[in-house]
Amino acid sequence: MATTVFMEALSPTMEEGRLVKWHKREGDAVKVGDTLAEVETDKAIMDLQARADGMLRQVSVAEGQTVPVGKEIAVIVAPGETVGAAPVAPAPAATTGSGKRETLKDSLTVAGNVATAPAPPPVAVAAIPAPTTADAAPIKASPLARRIAKEAGVDLKRLTGSGPGGRVIRRDLEGVAVGREAAPVAVPAPAATFPVSRVPSPERTGAPYEDVPLTQIRKTIAKRLAASLGPVPHYFLTTEVDMERAAEAREALNRELGDEGRISFNDIVVKAAALALTRHRACNAWFQDDHIRYWNEVHVGVAVAVEDGLITPVIRHADRKSLREIGLETHDLAQRARNRRLRPEEYTGSTFSVSNLGMFDIDQFTAVINPPEAAILAVGSVAQKPVVADGAILARRRMRLTLSCDHRVIDGATGAVFLKTLKQMLENPLAMLL
Amino acid sequence: MANQFDVIVLGGGPAGYVAAIRAAQLGLATALVEKEKLGGVCVNIGCIPTKALLHSAYIAKLLREAKEFGIEAGAVKTDYGVAMQRSRRVSDQNSKGVEFLMKKNKVTVVKGTGVLQPGKKVKVGSDGYEARKAVIIATGSRVKGLPQIGLEINKTTVISSDEALFLEQAPASLAVIGAGAVGMEFADIFHAFGTKVTLIEVLPRILPLEDAEASDALTKSYKKRGIEVLAGAKVTKANVGKDRVALDVEANGAKQKLEAAVVLMAAGRAVNTESIGLKEAGVQLNDRGFIKVDRDLQTTTPGYYAIGDVAGPPMLAHKGFREGVVVAEQLAGLKPHAIKYDNVPSVTYCHPEVASIGLTEDQCKERKLDYVVGKFPFSANGRARGTGETEGFVKIIRDKKYGEILGAHIVGSPASELIHELAVARENEYTVEEVELAIHAHPTMSEAVAEAALDSLGRVIHM
Repeated sequence: MATTVFMEALSPTMEEGRLVKWHKREGDAVKVGDTLAEVETDKAIMDLQARADGMLRQVSVAEGQTVPVGKEIAVIVAPGETVGAAPVAPAPAATTGSGKRETLKDSLTVAGNVATAPAPPPVAVAAIPAPTTADAAPIKASPLARRIAKEAGVDLKRLTGSGPGGRVIRRDLEGVAVGREAAPVAVPAPAATFPVSRVPSPERTGAPYEDVPLTQIRKTIAKRLAASLGPVPHYFLTTEVDMERAAEAREALNRELGDEGRISFNDIVVKAAALALTRHRACNAWFQDDHIRYWNEVHVGVAVAVEDGLITPVIRHADRKSLREIGLETHDLAQRARNRRLRPEEYTGSTFSVSNLGMFDIDQFTAVINPPEAAILAVGSVAQKPVVADGAILARRRMRLTLSCDHRVIDGATGAVFLKTLKQMLENPLAMLL
Repeated sequence: MANQFDVIVLGGGPAGYVAAIRAAQLGLATALVEKEKLGGVCVNIGCIPTKALLHSAYIAKLLREAKEFGIEAGAVKTDYGVAMQRSRRVSDQNSKGVEFLMKKNKVTVVKGTGVLQPGKKVKVGSDGYEARKAVIIATGSRVKGLPQIGLEINKTTVISSDEALFLEQAPASLAVIGAGAVGMEFADIFHAFGTKVTLIEVLPRILPLEDAEASDALTKSYKKRGIEVLAGAKVTKANVGKDRVALDVEANGAKQKLEAAVVLMAAGRAVNTESIGLKEAGVQLNDRGFIKVDRDLQTTTPGYYAIGDVAGPPMLAHKGFREGVVVAEQLAGLKPHAIKYDNVPSVTYCHPEVASIGLTEDQCKERKLDYVVGKFPFSANGRARGTGETEGFVKIIRDKKYGEILGAHIVGSPASELIHELAVARENEYTVEEVELAIHAHPTMSEAVAEAALDSLGRVIHM
């Protein structure tokens, strides 16, 4: 039996995926577990694996193309199976074919070029209409949707269907009835996801700006941050920490470690925050609509800047790990985050996050909470500052910490007490050993 | 850990076992916990054995009418005990079939009563089981009596379908309380086995959830056959004796007394939400007593899902089937097609059968929809005349402007089979025109579906 290959949800929040690279080509033999393709999700590049043995056919998505989760992108057929298999010979090339049609053509060409591919079995030529122009491409729409669209003067080609296989169904036309009164606007909408876009399209030449489509990760960031600052009532607490002793301890430890990886200020902050969280569970919590989940385990998310945005890999059980373990793990996770090779379980499930912009000489900043977490710690740079102590002015290494709190979970005093514990630990690093 | 699975399903009824099969098909390590026989109420004390008994009733009816068809079978003698034994064999075969499917799909079946625990854990007896991905609650429902009017199920004179399915002989007289699907089917069965049946429904008409025309057709059919039908009738008092029950019934302002050897309670079901650890797992109920679920059928505790009867109406096996598939596919990372609950067909398998999908005409009126009705009676259908099964009709309610099929209602001997043409049509948003355009073989009872579609367009041919 043929097994359909779908664009799968390879991360918990993925809604569409970009096909980065096919590892298998049309006609290749595949086994369960084989990597069929690399897919860019909203978070990382993941492998899409085969769920059946057989031969890859009907590859309908080209490299670089983005398709919604659940969309059919290929089929795995059992050896010798003919039903629905792709035609053996390339269909007559369409001069002005639609994107979809070229995809099919591409994949066929590829199949022909792969010398090692087993010869495709004789197959019945599938009934794929060969349109000569884009306009003649078949539109997937239910009969009911066609009627409503016709009545409303809506061009079905401009809609994105939410039915099986991207079929336009009644729901996709909801709201069109309102638009009917206004004159139908024919808008070239490359990525319209809503029936009739009424955004005017100024057809000028020397454009004053360039529109760059959102990448998957930027879309996710936008969604998450808007979801955060919108409904999450933030407030901020800032304190300045004397880092003199921590800096001395760090230098001593790094001398001890030599080349075996170095401990950063960030590792010390992560460790101290994790320990402080074990004493202040109120700040180690998730807001869950109708309840608050206070975590007994401490999993610290560490924001990492990547080429196209940021991601927060998670140091699990950070309170129980040594500085060195935290250092090595952070280094490894950050490295792989930059290469977009994180697995979903490596960037989900954090109970608290730390964001550090100290390396950019940022003195102090406020970070946006990563829901459902209730707090995030923004870490500034460690820099020498004049400090008055015992009536004298001294140069001390100082660092500013700003805690963003979700007021639905953490009240002002609660956050302040946590921050005070954290400050004490950093100012007296030996306390972490207690 | 040996007792770790990706998915643990609590309950081996239609929703649960289908969820388990689909999860296993998608490569998830799956365990299913069931305290009784696999297949749940449906296979063991519901859908399946009643269909076996209804067929016995149907054969009795055919034999009684055989003379007209040129066949004399002599005096027709019925034996409920024999029919019951056959229905048990059918149930057992089906339950074994589910067992086989579990083995085939490598689902681990755990015998015992499962109790939920926090952290996606389930306890069965003294053994603990842990789910990596999710726990699916599919504990189903059971019959309930009406203790408030003195009709507590005593399993001898006041019984539920649970007992009716195991009777050795048909009672001399039977009062059926509740004329939904269960009540209608048992009234049909026992009447065929010679029982004097009275059907009592508190709402103004029998089959209250069906289209009013379907109710009317069945009322006529039952009355003609000699089944007494009391609709809009309330049992005000019940006197339960050792071998008879006296009922005071108030209908249309008039009081009457009636007596029956047995009362069958066919009104309402209770969901099995007690003592399965819902509270411990933080799983909440809604104000109607069902498990509270979101659009993805996830409960108030992440990682715990609910499907089938416990997750809310309609309490139908095929609705549970689909919920099982959808949850399993979500857990495997697929994006299943969302369930359209207004596209769940409902079927009553009495004779003639009643099947429907979508809105009733009354609901269309309430919603002030602009609609047109198309109707075709089986009495005008050639095939139906040939078999003598001319009772009933196909009724299609379409949207006036676009032809969308708003609702479809079929009364007739093959209604349960015919409804699916309209289910396919609705699910795919075909209008009445697509239904009519499909060429229907002649002579078939399916032609009535096409004719009803045509009738709604004002173009009926054979009438």
